[in-house]
Order: sequence, then C-alpha cells, then structure tokens
Amino acid sequence: MADRPGCARPGVVVKKAAAETDTLADTASPNKEPAMSVMVGRPAPDFEAPAYHKGAFTNIKLSDHLGKWTLLCFYPGDFTFV
Amino acid sequence: MLACSVDSHFVHKIWNETELTKMVDGGIPFPMLSDSGGQIGSLYGVYDEASGTEVRGRFIIDPDGIIQAMEVMTPPVGRNFPETIRQIKAFQLVRKAKGAEATPAEWTPGSDTLKPGPDLVGQVWKVWKPQKVGA
Repeated sequence: MADRPGCARPGVVVKKAAAETDTLADTASPNKEPAMSVMVGRPAPDFEAPAYHKGAFTNIKLSDHLGKWTLLCFYPGDFTFV
Repeated sequence: MLACSVDSHFVHKIWNETELTKMVDGGIPFPMLSDSGGQIGSLYGVYDEASGTEVRGRFIIDPDGIIQAMEVMTPPVGRNFPETIRQIKAFQLVRKAKGAEATPAEWTPGSDTLKPGPDLVGQVWKVWKPQKVGA
C-alpha cells in the first residue's frame, strides 16, 4: 500500500503467467497477449491495481478477496452519464 | 464489490466527491480501481482499444476465485443491480447445495428450486411452469 500518493502514478500489475490459471489447451504462445482469457467456470485472472476507497488511495489485489463473493464491474469512465 | 475504469484514482476521488456523494450518502463505499492502459480490461475482454476505454462488464466471482457469471454491454445502457443480486443469491444457493439443487428460469430467492436427478428427467413440467412468458 502506498502511504503517500506523491506525483507518481502507481501501475497495474496483471498476472502474465498463463500456466498458472489458464488451462485452455488452445491458448497461443506465452509471448502473445491473451485476447480474451475469461470464461465462466474458469479462474478469474488475478491483478493488482491502484484504487480510491473511502477517501484514501490504496492498492487492490483481486486474490485478496478469495473466500468472499466478489463483484467486479468495469464501466466506461468517470463523469460519463450512465 | 470492485469498480474499475481507465480513469486514475485521482479522478475517481474527484468524481466521488463532486457528484457521486450527491447520489449515494457518504459516497461510494467500495474501491474504485484505476486501470489506466486497460491491462485488466484486456484480460477480461472488456477493453476497447479504439476508444481507450472499457465497456460495461460485470463479473461474479465466487469465493474460490472462479468466474460464475459475466455480462458485457455497450456503454449507453445501464445495469440492473437487482438482477445481479438475484444471480449472486442463486449461485450462493447452488454452491451450498453442492449440486443437489438448481435454480430454474425466473427463480427468485425463496421460490422453488429443482432437484436434478433421474426422477426429474422429463418431469420438470410437473414442478415448474413459466410464469411470465408471453405476458
């Protein structure tokens, strides 16, 4: 967790290791970005990302939520209308 | 609940303070993630490179980290959260029942479930009838 936001923009960390979660037989070479690796019944790809939560900046790791039901919602952008 | 867009966490803060607190008392209670660059969105198949933004994608992930449901929509149509809650409750029920129960179409919390097994084959019509089809 970053204690001071400063001016640096913390980055996103995604798990590249296809071997760990991706058991699909037909996946491309490990160098290639997986186009769409998600599927129901399969593990959710893990990631870590900077976040804003209740007045503070923090870091969120998906796998920290194991043991709980998690709802992950993507949306087009802040200040958009819907 | 985790929300995610390509906006920075700085913008999330200002959006929450200037607008969302006027819609939700106390502001947004869950983390708002910043996926600048769309790496997470790409992993989940919801990042649109042409616009550099993410489409409306919703993933229900169970306690084992398995994706149980996903819904992906283009931006102009908003989600229906009661439906998401219904789905989560259904997945929680079937998880608890360990395969002994399934939720039929139109199932809502408290209504009858199906008990899959040899006795039910060809007999679903006796225990379940569509309520609203064609209505």
